[in-house]
Amino acid sequence: MASVSFEQATRRYPGAARPALDCLDLQIGDGEFVVLVGPSGCGKTTSLRMIAGLETVDAGRIRIGGRDVTGDDPKERDVAMVFQNYALYPHMTVAQNMGFALKIAKTPRAEVRARVLDAARLLDLQPYLDRKPKDLSGGQRQRVAMGRAIVRRPQVFLMDEPLSNLDAKLRVQTRNQIAALQRRLATTTVYVTHDQVEAMTMGDRVAVLRDGVLQQYASPRELYREPVNVFVAGFIGSPAMNLLNLPIIDHSVSLGDWQIPVPRRVADSAAEVVLGIRPEHFELGGRGVEMHVDVVEELGADAYLYGRICPSDDMTGQSLVVRADGGDPPRRGGRVRLHPRTDHLHYFGTDGRRIL
Amino acid sequence: MGERVIKAGMLRAGVVYLALIGIAWCALFPILWALSGSLKKENEVGVPTLLPAHPQWSNYREVFALMPFWRMFFNTVVYAGCVTAGQVFFCSLAGYAFARLPFRGRETLFVLYLGTLMVPLTVTVIPQFILMRLVGWTDTPWAMIVPGLFGTAFGTYLMRQFFRTLPAELEEAAILDGCSPWQVYWRILLPHIRPAIMVLAVLTWVNVWNDFLWPLVMIEHKSIATLTLGLVWLQGEYVARWPVLMAASMLILVPLVIIYAVAQRSFVRGIAMSGFGG
Repeated sequence: MASVSFEQATRRYPGAARPALDCLDLQIGDGEFVVLVGPSGCGKTTSLRMIAGLETVDAGRIRIGGRDVTGDDPKERDVAMVFQNYALYPHMTVAQNMGFALKIAKTPRAEVRARVLDAARLLDLQPYLDRKPKDLSGGQRQRVAMGRAIVRRPQVFLMDEPLSNLDAKLRVQTRNQIAALQRRLATTTVYVTHDQVEAMTMGDRVAVLRDGVLQQYASPRELYREPVNVFVAGFIGSPAMNLLNLPIIDHSVSLGDWQIPVPRRVADSAAEVVLGIRPEHFELGGRGVEMHVDVVEELGADAYLYGRICPSDDMTGQSLVVRADGGDPPRRGGRVRLHPRTDHLHYFGTDGRRIL
Repeated sequence: MGERVIKAGMLRAGVVYLALIGIAWCALFPILWALSGSLKKENEVGVPTLLPAHPQWSNYREVFALMPFWRMFFNTVVYAGCVTAGQVFFCSLAGYAFARLPFRGRETLFVLYLGTLMVPLTVTVIPQFILMRLVGWTDTPWAMIVPGLFGTAFGTYLMRQFFRTLPAELEEAAILDGCSPWQVYWRILLPHIRPAIMVLAVLTWVNVWNDFLWPLVMIEHKSIATLTLGLVWLQGEYVARWPVLMAASMLILVPLVIIYAVAQRSFVRGIAMSGFGG
């Protein structure tokens, strides 16, 4: 087990306009589960492959357990990777797949056998040890890929979207299994996903990347509560946070005909703000601004209302997403009165950065 | 109306089959003709019948009497075996390098190498002969084995195309599992390119087996000659003994038929996977 750190790590692909990864600084603690998340092309997979040594580091350094591994071969780094398509060796049985690294390292046969059996027990793979990958289901293959990593007892696990080839139900189940397994083994893990739900539920800390630049690196709770910029605010949370461009007039902004007083610190610094309100932070019924409901998305416990603010009867108002109780949600085409809870508002400058 | 559609379909299938049978007949006829001729009497060869009146199996016995058949068979097997093994080994290594190992000028080098396909064999025969004479290998088995040992542009191209169809993650997983490039090639990738190896092996074997020009230039002694040379010498010494010649041709053909029958399945798969099929 070991810590992992990026120090100004940069990767430029030949011919690309901007670096795939730009001066990344990231400290991953010993035994920590860190998720790299972001839209495609944000540099998350590149970062992972740089730890593995599969990608060149054009500038900066990478350390594993304090040791500078920037120029080391992948096999000198003692890391194991779970690939998105699993990359199991098709001509080997499950047991041979799992024991292959140990065999290459000339581990005594009895020990290989014992370690493969241990991992198989952990992952419920004992009945399949003599099968070839083509005779396994998607979930089983995924577990073999995990097993192949576990058997090696590496310093670091690297996982590149390991759940993206599973169906929705299996994905949730496997998500929990991986998180539990990691806590049990306490092996430093770097996990890449584009799915913010996976990021929030699995990681001790989450690094949000965009266009090769680190946006925020924090615990899931902090990402949710205090996103540092508009991008993180919109990316974390589902449905996404409502982000409204509003002018500040008389120390307040108005949502339709509903006035929201703006804290002095915000009002002093800008004439216009981006106001962020999560769908779950509206009070429905009673006072507030009127919203026309276009779509109702019923999820059982909750319902999400997609609609437009209507100060008068015109249909050009701000779009909003609002969470309502799933028991008796408003109808489509109807109108609801609502106001945001002022203790949960986010203020961003027009440059996208968080003010408060 | 449905009946008419079915009838039209059957008609089309019938025409296609007829055409295929015609083409197959064109391909098979010379072989059938040689087979028939190998069993005829000498004065019967010119007669346009497919079935000999009185099959003369003695023609085959005479082949063995007139030429050192088994010696030449052994020579040809050794030459074909060595060259095939060398081709498979070196072409697959070069193909792996051109497909997977990043190095400066890789694509340029590959195109240049492919360019050698344009040079006809007849152009290189004389320079190669001079080379062989310089190293003193003319009229030795070395001349038959060494020049073909180190691979060809075609074989390398075939292997490269196959290696490119394998997912990169397979190799990366192996690298992370601690494999050296050699181990990646040998333990992970090679088991997956067996069909390509079969194709290359069969093509190379057939090439060496049927080669006439190079042995003719290189070899003088019967003891190290190939079957194709033996066949020609048979012709030269005993002019117009057509039935014996055809019997010898048939005997030379047998190993190729056996090899193709054994390798057929993976051969077809290999051709299909490489995208060379029509």
